Amino acid sequence: MTNFPASASGAAPEGRPLRVLAAMSGGVDSAVAAARAAAAGHDVTGVHLALSANPQSFRSGARGCCTLEDSRDARRAADVIGIPFYVWDLSERFREDVVEDFYAEYAAGRTPNPCLRCNEKIKFSALLDKALALGFDAVATGHYARILDGPGGRELHRAVDPGKDQSYVLGVLTADQLAHAMFPLGDTPKAQVREEAERLDLAVARKPDSHDICFIADGDTQGFLARRLGERPGEIVDADGNRVGEHDGAYGFTVGQRKGLRLGHPAPDGKPRYVLDVSVVDNRVTVGPADGLDIHGLTGIRARWCGTPPEGSGRFHAQLRAHGEPVPVTAEVAGGGTVRVDFDAPVRGIAPGQAVVLYDGTRVVGSATIDATRRAAAVTR
Amino acid sequence: MPYLDHAATTPIHPDALAALTAHLATDATGNPSSLHASGRRARRVVEESRESLAASLGARPSEIVLTGGGTESDNLALKGLYWSLRAQAGPDGPAPRLLVNPTEHHAVLDTAVWLAEHEGARLDWLPVDRLGRVSPEELDAALAAAPDVPTLVSVMWANNEVGTVNPVRELVAAAHRHGALVHSDAVQALGQLPVSFAESGLDAMTVTAHKIGGPVGTGALLLTRELAPVPLLHGGGQERDVRSGTLDTAGAAAFAAAAAAAVRELPEHAARLTALRDELIAAVAKEVPEAVLTGDPGPGPEGRLPGNAHFAFPGCEGDSLLLLLDAQGIECSTGSACTAGIAQPSHVLLAMGYEPEEARGTLRFSLGRTSTSEDVAAVAAAIGPAVERARTAGLSR
Repeated sequence: MTNFPASASGAAPEGRPLRVLAAMSGGVDSAVAAARAAAAGHDVTGVHLALSANPQSFRSGARGCCTLEDSRDARRAADVIGIPFYVWDLSERFREDVVEDFYAEYAAGRTPNPCLRCNEKIKFSALLDKALALGFDAVATGHYARILDGPGGRELHRAVDPGKDQSYVLGVLTADQLAHAMFPLGDTPKAQVREEAERLDLAVARKPDSHDICFIADGDTQGFLARRLGERPGEIVDADGNRVGEHDGAYGFTVGQRKGLRLGHPAPDGKPRYVLDVSVVDNRVTVGPADGLDIHGLTGIRARWCGTPPEGSGRFHAQLRAHGEPVPVTAEVAGGGTVRVDFDAPVRGIAPGQAVVLYDGTRVVGSATIDATRRAAAVTR
Repeated sequence: MPYLDHAATTPIHPDALAALTAHLATDATGNPSSLHASGRRARRVVEESRESLAASLGARPSEIVLTGGGTESDNLALKGLYWSLRAQAGPDGPAPRLLVNPTEHHAVLDTAVWLAEHEGARLDWLPVDRLGRVSPEELDAALAAAPDVPTLVSVMWANNEVGTVNPVRELVAAAHRHGALVHSDAVQALGQLPVSFAESGLDAMTVTAHKIGGPVGTGALLLTRELAPVPLLHGGGQERDVRSGTLDTAGAAAFAAAAAAAVRELPEHAARLTALRDELIAAVAKEVPEAVLTGDPGPGPEGRLPGNAHFAFPGCEGDSLLLLLDAQGIECSTGSACTAGIAQPSHVLLAMGYEPEEARGTLRFSLGRTSTSEDVAAVAAAIGPAVERARTAGLSR
């Protein structure tokens, strides 16, 4: 096991094991991560985060991360591993920092990624802070990513299993947060993790992976947003401003979206139309052909760096969504936490609000929230 | 390892263990309801256990309805008696009233709320003072406010979180002046206080075996002869037609053995627990001067259960304290109820007038037969640093 804090501020003094708080969602990954941390000789305590004040309101069944059933599964796994287990109620923080932010971002016409937000604000902030205050040295999770010691300190790297790599959703972590993080699964393929769970008699070995957004119980994001934000009927227009349809609220649309436009009649050229722009201010959705989605660059805000920010402009690979292919870019750090990214070749369907994560090989350099994208000529918000 | 959670459950008493294993080994083939020799042998054990229990509890054997434990007994008392009062009142009569102490265990509390929400019960909460006690005067006033409504009062003998003892006899006297029935959950009181069903004057009383050194899953509802609650469990009608289910011969024998031992050992046991408990309270007060002892600070067992020490630690999350003490091998409890394992502010402290923040940072240390001065010393050594750390971690909001 190479990816445990060996040095840095998260290290324990000589002669005692590391005190590790294992965040246990009730799924197989975090259970095996906790088991591995315990097997490595650390002093491990499991904790399940209650993220909804009313556990029944979140996704039920085997796919979520915040139900009573998940809490029981996590407890059962902790009992088998033989570690203490607690449930911590972080529902208020989760509501404020993740759910409310989710509404606000959509209301502003952006498409947020709540998993990044949760890692930044809950798992490696609220949870980590409480853990450190209670005397723990590190927080372990079941994320697929690696922490390696590099020349400049601890580095976050992609997992060895490219199909499961989750470094993208951890791209928001700073060096300080990383110093107290532990990802015991980063060097292992998923299939092997399930086998290991079977071997360890963990009942969650065959539990399906969680998907989608944990706080939207039925998976219906549009309905979830509409219940809160209400219906705001408006126009769908083409690139020339001609009205081609109507909608119930511009906030419900995402750049690059093709389905659910309900345009009624085909475009003059017969080609499918995509959402090119969402303007919440005018409550207007602009649609057009696929080539209108070609983006040449973007501006990111709220940049966060794993270690020292890169100086000047540099060559990186950028990943633009959770399971997106990395693309070669030139990125330049500007002032005020902004970063300018230029793609070598145009990229399609980038939604403001999503995160851009920059990589140097397998190493995560940093991340930013996409604020504006650049088409061939004009900058579009 | 210091185990200071005897109010949750306490190690089995050697007498109870001997009775349990002996009867499991010898009477396992006999159903006490069977007429053959094996059945008769088992029936005899059950009835002798009932007689022994009755002697220990100051009751008549016929007043003991064996159940599956405290929660079932509480449910049977409230639901069964409410339904029988409603049947007596008839379709045109007033809906019976439940007058309930708000610091009850959830087995009573949630049953009462359920009856109000689903069965039309009129539910009123009794006031409690800052120590968590119900006063006979307040009960009298509450009953006088609705004189013609058939009423069931439920007030626990002693509170499971803060250990406050209620003046049961006075409460019963007040209730009976108004013709109301009184049930009391005596689960925590038995084994720590003298408990006599006859002397209390109660109409119904809940007890359970595992809090006094008997096995989990055996309890009883004591019921005066004239009461016929509507059953929760229908079937063979084994227990006075009030409770059905094959009788648990070994469980009854073990319960009787535990109760007999508890009564026999009570004076010495209560004195020993009181001394240890006071030692613990003094140690916590010394290590954490700002800790608040909740419940009745009075010295005698008439005010507080001998084995109970319950504190509020300002600025701390009870869960954090639990984790930190658990890491030191000290096993105690926040004393408050859990929903999906999520710590809620204690409803007991809220009812006693504490603020939600105060009600979140509590710990209950409950002592029992196996507790020692070493356990108290372990708490004294660990509590200061734990409180300091928990305060740094703060209240999670």
